[in-house]
Amino acid sequence: MARSGLDRTNDFAFKIGTVNGTGSASANGLLMQAIFRMGIPVSGKNIFPSNIQGLPTWYEVRVSRDGHMARTPRFDLTVTLNPTSVEQDIAEVVPGGYVVHDSSWPLDESLRREDVTFLGVPMGQMCVEAFEGARTRILMKNILYVGILAALLDIDTEVVKGLLREKFERKPKLLDSNFLAVKMGYDYAKEHFEPPLPLRLEAMDETGDCVLMDGNTAAALGCLYAGATVAAWYPITPATSLMDRFQAFCEGYRKDPETGKNLYCIIQAEDELAAIGMVLGASWMGARSFTPTSGPGISLMSEFIGFSYYAEIPAVIFDVQRTGPSTGMPTRTQQCDLLLCAHASHGDTKHILLFPADPSECFKMAVRAFDLADRFQTAVFVLSDLDIAMNDWACPRMEWDDSYEHDRGRILSSDQIDALDAFHRYLDVDEQEVATRTLPGVNPKGAYFTRGSGHTKFGGYTEDSDEYVEVVDRIARKIAGSADSLPEPILVSRPEAQIGIVAVGSSDGAVREAIDRLAERGVQADYMRIRAFPFHDSVGAFLEDHDPVFVVEQNRDAQLRSLLTLETNVPQERLVPVQYYGGLPLSADHVLDGVLPHLGELGEGGEGEERAGGAAAKAAVDAGAARPKVGAS
Amino acid sequence: MVKHLRKPEVRHPGMRQNSLGLTRRDYEGSMSTLCAGCGHDSITSAITQAFFELEIPPHRAAKLSGIGCSSKTPAYFLGESHGFNAVHGRMPAIASGANAANCDLIYLGVSGDGDSLSIGLGQLCHAIRRNVNLLYVVENNGVYGLTKGQFSASADVGTKSKRGVENRQRPIDPVLLALSIGASFVARSFSGDKAQLVPILKAALTHKGFAIVDIISPCVTFNDHESSTKSYVHTRERYHEVVGADFVPPAEEITADYDAGATEGIRMHDGSLVRFHKVEENYDPRDREAVYEYVSQLQNEGEVVTGLLFIEDSTDDMHDILGTVDTPLVDLPMERLVPGSDALSELMESFR
Ligand SMILES: Cc1ncc(C[n+]2csc(CCOP(=O)(O)OP(=O)(O)O)c2C)c(N)n1
Ligand code: SF4
Ligand SMILES: [Mg+2]
Repeated sequence: MARSGLDRTNDFAFKIGTVNGTGSASANGLLMQAIFRMGIPVSGKNIFPSNIQGLPTWYEVRVSRDGHMARTPRFDLTVTLNPTSVEQDIAEVVPGGYVVHDSSWPLDESLRREDVTFLGVPMGQMCVEAFEGARTRILMKNILYVGILAALLDIDTEVVKGLLREKFERKPKLLDSNFLAVKMGYDYAKEHFEPPLPLRLEAMDETGDCVLMDGNTAAALGCLYAGATVAAWYPITPATSLMDRFQAFCEGYRKDPETGKNLYCIIQAEDELAAIGMVLGASWMGARSFTPTSGPGISLMSEFIGFSYYAEIPAVIFDVQRTGPSTGMPTRTQQCDLLLCAHASHGDTKHILLFPADPSECFKMAVRAFDLADRFQTAVFVLSDLDIAMNDWACPRMEWDDSYEHDRGRILSSDQIDALDAFHRYLDVDEQEVATRTLPGVNPKGAYFTRGSGHTKFGGYTEDSDEYVEVVDRIARKIAGSADSLPEPILVSRPEAQIGIVAVGSSDGAVREAIDRLAERGVQADYMRIRAFPFHDSVGAFLEDHDPVFVVEQNRDAQLRSLLTLETNVPQERLVPVQYYGGLPLSADHVLDGVLPHLGELGEGGEGEERAGGAAAKAAVDAGAARPKVGAS
Repeated sequence: MVKHLRKPEVRHPGMRQNSLGLTRRDYEGSMSTLCAGCGHDSITSAITQAFFELEIPPHRAAKLSGIGCSSKTPAYFLGESHGFNAVHGRMPAIASGANAANCDLIYLGVSGDGDSLSIGLGQLCHAIRRNVNLLYVVENNGVYGLTKGQFSASADVGTKSKRGVENRQRPIDPVLLALSIGASFVARSFSGDKAQLVPILKAALTHKGFAIVDIISPCVTFNDHESSTKSYVHTRERYHEVVGADFVPPAEEITADYDAGATEGIRMHDGSLVRFHKVEENYDPRDREAVYEYVSQLQNEGEVVTGLLFIEDSTDDMHDILGTVDTPLVDLPMERLVPGSDALSELMESFR
């Protein structure tokens, strides 16, 4: 059955197409986790509809011994269980690949392809015979394909069984039926298909220091460790699970042992306008407070975000980006809120943004965000996206240093207030650009009136030009000056690099892979992953040092490139936009499709033949809409 | 050029002090910049009086507001309290968040009829629903004062604007609204009746949970003319007090000699007593349905129904409902909030 002489061990991708709401998520998770426990770098992408039941949904798994974790649009094998998507599923398999289908019903002959191998298993029938009840049969069919894949791909069945045991520790009946389903699938495949396929797995030792976690869970954990106590939100995909997880962590770690009462307060607000208001109210009072949301929520929060900026009240906002504009595609990913968040609200505003690239960074940056919000007395955005937030990533374990001191910024104690002649909220006595603040209830001498209307450095109302300008100028200096305190960019240099690439957030994996593939063609690229806005000085320097610089991002309007153009002195022509905004996680193909046409002779060296396979057609479709519009000179 | 005006610091030696050694003056704020005669200024004075009489340390109160002439007033009282002048219609969210963080302070929210019944209607309703421990004052003048006299949602049908335009949309009545969605303390008063207003404010400040006090507060500049139903003249003419209230602080109660049979009272959670003087024989301020019916009927007849209209004594406020600890969350040290490194490494094992 070998497709070619190439070794595909631990280097392939497969996809499972099912119907939303049929319980396939746990089977898919089981597969991911089993491969992860075999020590093999693995990534899973859940491509799901904005619907509760009935629409097509896919789970894509990529294993990569080289550690490439980005999505690949090339599938070597598909398990197709959804009549609505079967045509597409079969068409997407690369030549030489495999299609696993339910042969309880005859497959439409017109869908057959000569260049792929069809592996029919009468899954439905087998489950009808082995299990009672419609729901159980549907659920067990999912577990059955785990067994089939375990045989075909050589997944360690002991690992699978171990995972099932952990999961159904207290439900022996369920454990039995799960075991049975796995065995049925496994045995059938063994008997009929001579497994393993050339796409096989072999234990490695690459994931020992990692965990398998999604970004929202990690961010929620960050909020817990940051000491956040007040959380306000309005449900929205893909941010919802952040609050669900925060709630779950709080139930585990934030109960008063004596009374059983909560050492936290989560308010499900009536909308995002209220959610951000609650965050400001709580932060003003001195609590650490946050709200998770997505683009539509940011739109609604804008007025209060400007208040946070001008009245200088800390706030931590997680924007888990999804596809816009408007409702867009709520279950698809993008990096489309960069400009929105950088300048959210009317008037002159500029906000601190952090760009995590994976769940581990979601954890670290969540903690950091609270420190920064307190330090700079302003709104801080953590811009993750649906891909990071809702997919399970194999990422470095999160760690905590018990000696860590949270930076609560310049808050005066009652004694410090007493020692003052008088307290003035916005008076920058020591030219730190950040004034001291007092908390309500602490000391009558510390009282002041917080307002979004024009105010003097003393905190009083004003309509005087000079007094107004004095305050807003200081705020501008404060935000600009924050750059040095933000997570610095990560630079990956190669000797004798000819081009530069910059990106943020979840584009990281695809860019790194693309850089490797460019190197195979003889093109060396330096790479800078920007991790925060306002930009660190080294960002401008990187742009100065490279020509051209490809700016890779997941939006239509080159928002990162726009920000770079606004904030640095680099000529616009030097920055070549490379965009993908179709809503699927970025793949290296997308990056290469954007970069290669600009390299002329430089990029004409051939890629590894394996990579030039027949899936190019599909890659072109995905990337079609994303071709750069501005040519590099 | 408008400036933040400080009042001259003159103390009269004979000024009455409360048990904290503070005079009424210590509960004042900066000088009002509202139009002379504006009802809102009288409410400011009543609020000052209520806090003084309740002997609340000013810094243990937080005053919040939205946007409007009414919402400016927190600058004019409680100069030693932290204040928060939020954005238009969103004070309830700020109050909810602040209260979530620190349940120990006394919260006073000031809003207008525009701020509360149009742009902020949703937030008002949801703050009631959460039962945030907050006194919410609506300074109700039937118009948007600050934007120069447009009708607000509380304007009555048939009211004419100063320019002669007639309002034909039905009003949203804050009292009926609050009753219908479960507010635990509902009152209405008049900026011109300090004798009624001050005890109501005191009772409302003592009430645990959301207390709304709708105060008719004439806008002398845009809505005090003849065809207005929110004018001084009209309000006085159709003024209909159904139940008055006396506020008896816990300490005084023992010494005071009350005729227990003649008046009814309700015990507040801090031990103080609110006594009712019922003008209407069968009126029961604890019967929500009956109060609703009674008030709406009288209002249909054009009466301005005032008094401590409804009170529900023991309700769960936001913190009870959410199960938070009694200690204000802002007072919890990081050690109690952060699980530490061991817990994290243990947790990491469950993500393998
Ligand atoms: C988002 C927004 N829209 C509009 C305004 C303009 N605005 C300021 S005050 C006000 C109405 C205030 O009316 P009300 O609450 O009744 O207060 P009053 O001045 O009558 O006391 C409006 C519409 C604003 N400040 N913000
Ligand atoms: S415009 Fe009306 S509401 Fe505003 S200050 Fe003047 S009288 Fe008061
Ligand atoms: Mg008004």
